[in-house]
Parts: sequence; structure tokens; C-alpha cells
Amino acid sequence: MTTTTADRRAHAGAAPTWRRVLAQTSFEARAILRNGEQLLVTVVVPVLVLVGLTRGTFVELDTGGASRIDFLAPGVLALAVMTTSFTSQAIASSFDRRNGVLRLLSTTPLGRGGLLAGKVLGVLVVELVQVLVIGAAAVVLGWRPDPAGIPLAAVAVVLGTAAFTSLAMLVAGTLRAEAVLAVANLALLVLAVAGGVIVPASSLPGPLQHVALLLPSGALGEAMRETLLHGVLPPWSVVVLLGWTAALGWGAGRLFRWH
Amino acid sequence: MPDSPALEVRGLVKRYGGRAVVDGLDLAALPGQVTAVLGPNGAGKTTTIECCEGLRTPDEGAVRVLGLDPRTQARELRPRVGVMLQDGGLPTSIRAADMLAHVARMYADPRDLGELTERLGLGSFARTTVRRLSGGQRQRLALAAAVVGRPDVVFLDEPSAGMDPQARLAVWELVRELRAEGVAVLLTTHLMDEAEDLADHVVVVDQGRVLAEGSVADLLASADDRSLRLETRAGLDLDGLRTALGDGFAVAEAAPGTYVVSGAVEPATVAAVTAWLAAGDVLATRLSVGRSTLEDVFLDLTGRDLR
Repeated sequence: MTTTTADRRAHAGAAPTWRRVLAQTSFEARAILRNGEQLLVTVVVPVLVLVGLTRGTFVELDTGGASRIDFLAPGVLALAVMTTSFTSQAIASSFDRRNGVLRLLSTTPLGRGGLLAGKVLGVLVVELVQVLVIGAAAVVLGWRPDPAGIPLAAVAVVLGTAAFTSLAMLVAGTLRAEAVLAVANLALLVLAVAGGVIVPASSLPGPLQHVALLLPSGALGEAMRETLLHGVLPPWSVVVLLGWTAALGWGAGRLFRWH
Repeated sequence: MPDSPALEVRGLVKRYGGRAVVDGLDLAALPGQVTAVLGPNGAGKTTTIECCEGLRTPDEGAVRVLGLDPRTQARELRPRVGVMLQDGGLPTSIRAADMLAHVARMYADPRDLGELTERLGLGSFARTTVRRLSGGQRQRLALAAAVVGRPDVVFLDEPSAGMDPQARLAVWELVRELRAEGVAVLLTTHLMDEAEDLADHVVVVDQGRVLAEGSVADLLASADDRSLRLETRAGLDLDGLRTALGDGFAVAEAAPGTYVVSGAVEPATVAAVTAWLAAGDVLATRLSVGRSTLEDVFLDLTGRDLR
């Protein structure tokens, strides 16, 4: 079947932008959800943390009068957001960068902008799945969030995703894939324990109290607890998350190496 | 204007850490032609092609693909350009067929996937994850992804690396068909037979510069048209032979025990060589006279040193 140049012209051209971004979004989301290790880190581990900390009494918690599950569920959701938007995205993007996947896709009509949009939207899709699974488990354990806080918590999730995806891109675009594997997992562990995510910054020892509030992890954890416990989005958390997004996004834009 | 170049590169310079990998390179590729950039490893082939694909920014010079700048006019250009990277660029965790379908979704009216799958023999591994494919299978999948959007220009960076002979023939057949359809194909290779069989125009590149270019016939004509190869023991003193042959011939030990006489080889030349051997009581184990190949031209241009 031989075609002519005119014939080819008639069929040439890119798919509409929304279709390209939609295709990449579903591609990214499926890549995470189909991968066993990723599923373990993003869904299974947060559920285990939730069940363990709620049912187990080995960790003393000052819940400020709230029930244990009402106090813990927002922090575990914050942790889940970090696993997807930071750890999993940094690792996947660094290997894709090493294997030339980012370069190849950027030469198709998708382009670099579409690739980034697809990644961010793919992360949000996976987070939706996480929130549904972890939220359902929490409700079974007795979680009763403040209904007024749910839309505000969604805003906090989007802000946290922006900050942590920027961090993921900065790490993935500057370090070797093996280094990213180590750094992304280690950073998640450190932030989860001492970054004000599950245990609030105010309960951390000494100067960590103040440091954690300035970290994107502390700001996200704080925002999730305040919205879902009391129905208010703390302005300080919004400022911190937007500040990190601007700084990390700027750094990633300047330092990201495609080769 | 059928002959306005689909690709034009003028004075391209690209430096890595101060060292010029591409150093003032000019290149043109016409629609309906296969242009081969031929050169040893490290000659600057991949960097040149990546500048054309918009993946690298030139330090100096101009690149125009279909009249557009691949950096600043990428949005208009991407739907019309197909790219096959040297390192593949295929996501490893998905099935081959899903990968091709995903790339196809970026285009308004992509090629028929069933036909393309059959053409390149992708069917046998369509449901295998990319990670488990052999090098040649990955190359064929990457080629399918490069052409699925019906491009006007196709960039293929070492397309037949790692392929078995059958796969190579299938790839060459597809490249010829693209040419017949009026597509401009630019490929890099260090395989002489690939350039010789496939290319309308060959550009020999080394150390970031063009050493020679033209059709395969042009390049062969510019070289000595015949050569005499002689195999015997290594380390012969060639001065006597040079004297016997006179001017117009070059004599060299190309490899230990293999000697090449190049020039206008005539029956008398063969007689002079065998007389010189007899005088020195040296028995040739093999003696042949043949036309120069593209490989001879290439080695003459780029040198025989290992690098």
C-alpha cells in the first residue's frame, strides 16, 4: 500500500491536546497501579500504618481530645500523597529519563509540556484511588471527618502534590537513577517519622517542632489535620506549600537534564 | 519545489565541556531520499541527529527541519517528524503493543496498527513486556513508533543495531517504502552495507566534520577503483615492491600479513607483484584483485586506528 505525499498530508497532524494529555495521564496512572512494588508503597503500606497506629497502643499520641482514628487518618492520607507525588514519581521519572523514555515521548506531538501535564494528572488519579481505599479503611475503623473540611482537604492535596511533584522532578532530573531510588525512599522515611506528617510538628522534640512546620511534609500534614478535624485550611500551610512549589519548580525547570 | 531540502544543517557546532563534538557540520536531506550519516563511534552522528530532533540546543549554526526551527517551532514540527533514538527510549514495564498504541494516540490519524505490526513482524511479541524483548525486537518496535504518525521526515539513529538479518531486511524494506512515499529519511550508521544498499546520499563524518559526501557511486569513483590484496607472512619490507611498481601505487600492510596495493591495478601490476614475491622466496597464501568498497573509502577517510 503505497501512499503519496499529498495523501500523507491529508492524514497527518497531532491529536487534540486534551486527547494527548488524557492518553499520557492514563498511561502514567496505569504504570503506577499495575506495578506491584508501587502499589505496595502507595496503598498497602499507608493502610497498614493506619491500622497499626490506630489499633496498636505502642505509640503514645496527644490527640488533643480527638479520637485516635480521627487524628491519624489525615496524616496517613498526607503520607499517601507523598508516596505517589514524590517517591514513586521520582523513581519512575529517573528511570524513564535514563532509558530515554522522556526524550522519545517529548519528540512526539505530546511534547515536554504534555508529558509533565500527564504526569501530574496521573499522580492525581492515583491519589484519588488512594484516598478512596485508605478513606474506606479509615471509615471502617471509625473515622468521622468534618464534612466541611473535605473540599478544603482536596485543596491541600493538590497543593501538596504540586510541591512534592516539583521535588520529584528536581531529584529525577539531576541524580542518577540508582541514587534517586535510595534518596527518594530515605527521604520519605525521614519525613514520615520526623517531618510532621503523621505525628504533628508540635509533638516533635526540640527544634524539630519549628523545622517541621517549614517543611512541605509538615505543612501538608498540618493542612490535612486542620481541614479534616476542624474544617479550616491553615494559611501558613498554604504559604509554605506554595513557596516550596515555586522554589522547587524553578529549580527543576533550570536544572532538569534530559540526557 | 520537490527538491527543497526537508532538512538543512548549516555550520552546526555542539560542545560538551568545551570540547566540540560537532564542529562546523553541514548537512541536507531531500524528500524521497535516504540520507545516511556514516561515521565511526564518537564521530558526532548522534549529537547531530539530536540537534535536528530538538533534543539538544546547538551552540552555533542553524538547523531547519521542513523549514522550521526544531527548538522554537517544535509544536508545529513534532506531528511531522518521526524519531527512533539509539537507546530506544521505550518504557520497559508495558507490553509492546500497548507501547505502540500509546504513541499512536498522539496523532490525529495514525497508520493502521495491524498493518504496521505485520510489516515489522511485531505480532509474535506484541503481548510481551518491553523489558523482555531482544535488542532487535526493541529496535523494530522503536521503528514502528517512529513511523506510526505518518511523518514527512524520519530520523533513525542506528536503526539496525542488534537485529538479525531477517529483521534487517524487513526494516530496510520499510525504509525503501517510506522513500517511495516521499518521506525524507535521515539515518546514522556505521554499517557499510546499510549505507551502500539503502542510501541515496552518504555523508561521511568524523570528529564532528563532514569528510566526504555524495552518492555511493560518487564516493567509490573518487576512490582508487581497484585494489590488490595479498596475504602472506607479516613484516615484509615493501620498499622493493614500491620501486618495482613505480609511482601511482600505494602499498601498505593493512593488517599483519595482509598487504594492499591500491591504484590503477593492471595485469602487469599483478605480474610485478608476483615477480617480487618470487624474488624474495615468499609464498602468497591468497591474492585477490577487486573493486574498492565503501568500507575501503571509509577507512581511507577516517583512518584505520582503533579508537
